[in-house]
Amino acid sequence: MSGRIFLFGDDIDTDQLAPGQYMKGGLEELAKHCLEGVRPEFAAQVRPGDIVVAGKNFGMGSSREQAAEALKHLGVAGVVARSFAGIFHRNAINLGLPVLAAADLSGISDGEEAELDVGAGALRLAAGGRRIVLEPLPDNLQRMLADGGLVPHLKKRFAAGNGRPA
Amino acid sequence: MRATLAQKIIARAAGRQSVRPGEVVTAKVDLAMIHDSGGPRRVEPILKELGVGLFDASKVVLISDHFVPGDTDEGARILELTRRWASERRVAFHDGEGICHVVLPERGHLKPGMFVVGGDSHSPTGGAFGCYMFGIGATEMAGVLATGEIWLKVPGTILIEWRNRLGPGLTAKDIMLALCGRLGMDGGKYQAVEYAGEAIAALSMQERMTLSNMAAELGAQAGLIAPDETTAAFLRAAGGESGDHGPLFTDPGAELLEHHVFDAAALAPQVAAPHSPANAAPVGETAGTPITVAYLGACTGAKYVDLEGAAGILRGRRIAPGVELLVAPASRRDQQRATEDGIMKVFEDAGARILPNACGICAGYGVDRLGEDVSCISSTARNFKGRMGAASSKVWLGSPLTVAASAIAGRIADPRDFLREANR
Repeated sequence: MSGRIFLFGDDIDTDQLAPGQYMKGGLEELAKHCLEGVRPEFAAQVRPGDIVVAGKNFGMGSSREQAAEALKHLGVAGVVARSFAGIFHRNAINLGLPVLAAADLSGISDGEEAELDVGAGALRLAAGGRRIVLEPLPDNLQRMLADGGLVPHLKKRFAAGNGRPA
Repeated sequence: MRATLAQKIIARAAGRQSVRPGEVVTAKVDLAMIHDSGGPRRVEPILKELGVGLFDASKVVLISDHFVPGDTDEGARILELTRRWASERRVAFHDGEGICHVVLPERGHLKPGMFVVGGDSHSPTGGAFGCYMFGIGATEMAGVLATGEIWLKVPGTILIEWRNRLGPGLTAKDIMLALCGRLGMDGGKYQAVEYAGEAIAALSMQERMTLSNMAAELGAQAGLIAPDETTAAFLRAAGGESGDHGPLFTDPGAELLEHHVFDAAALAPQVAAPHSPANAAPVGETAGTPITVAYLGACTGAKYVDLEGAAGILRGRRIAPGVELLVAPASRRDQQRATEDGIMKVFEDAGARILPNACGICAGYGVDRLGEDVSCISSTARNFKGRMGAASSKVWLGSPLTVAASAIAGRIADPRDFLREANR
């Protein structure tokens, strides 16, 4: 599935992704306010398959996993950034949202068509056929992502009799 | 093999003789801490889906702090759900006693050498007690509660050494803001930070907690301080000390990822401008900026030691006209002690409004929030845009002493000016 790129800068924090004042309500409501502090139109415009591309330290701040969950809820195919904050990165994989790093993301334009190929670890830009190679995830995280996140991963593990009995 | 403090704790928890940075290991957790926001309401549905109970209820501590005092209908409902879960699951529960990061050690739950996870980003606070403790999200916490274990990539250690002693009017918050300014919000690289040096050794446990807590602002996974006699004395008082914990220190010559050395004696009070702790600079650069709200709160700014420091500036003075000073003591026990010592009276006499023992405005979850276009100086850990209220509000971060001095002046002020006046 391909989509459009939504381009962001460095240090996008979790309070922008999941604003505190909407944390009481459900995900539906929270997602409507995702990133509104930096880009008010984001939640209304983003469509399934779209890709968030950002600078360094994406997701810094809180451990609230709604920061990743809101993006997933909006149908974002994944986040490609120069680097990620540690807890956000774990949360995203645990929820099955692909998050992949690439040291050089220069020359990518906001709104351009692209496809995130998680299996191949690449971001393919429609214009000019450019292909950006993404840093591979550690094996354990690749498995977790392939299973769809931590909960299905654990279900599979328990069903296989590995770990705690179901 | 020479090992760092972080490697020693992780090796034990992973059942290994030693571990190397970069290895992915699975560790058994000695304790899991959760709170009302990311806790029961989020983890219970997942446990149900997995069809399992808690791996060990005696190793789970639940603390309500984010939605306390339940001043909205939805907040009250979340607190009720939290209380019911605590009783059904039979876990240790501290309800409305204060902020989780302060209450956990205060109630003796932490012991040096423990491997601990917390459902909150400021969980590195446990590092002040020689625990490898880090924050995780709710789904991952549900996994820990179901299995008793968690994976991690063995971190390298970034040793941060502060030589000499802090001058008068300087605090751990000033150290931390300076570090955020110099190393940046990703300077910790999701590795282990370890604080050392004469200035750190001289700090009280509650001051050390501020350093470990804000390892999160450096983007580190953990923020450790090797346990010493100061640690042991605190733990004995909290009823948590349990004898010998082995050689809990970084071996001389152990491989470090980075080693930074700073001079504590040369440090000036720091203030971080909106909207990032990394915008920290000596107070002289922002002094004079008008403020309308001064907030003494949070796990890094309203513990007993923080209240004591702020009261030292405020004693015998009143806040400036048009300024609101809000004080949310970090724990009930710290507030009681501050009451007995006359510190709460100092705040009342100065014209402060006292808020409940909870996360309060710092988390931005309740009724008390910053309104439109408010300029606030705060003793909290983070000043991200819109975190504490309206997106148009601006938050400067400073030490509790700097917040107190600014409340008196009605503008950002250097606390050392008030100390000098007091000593005249």
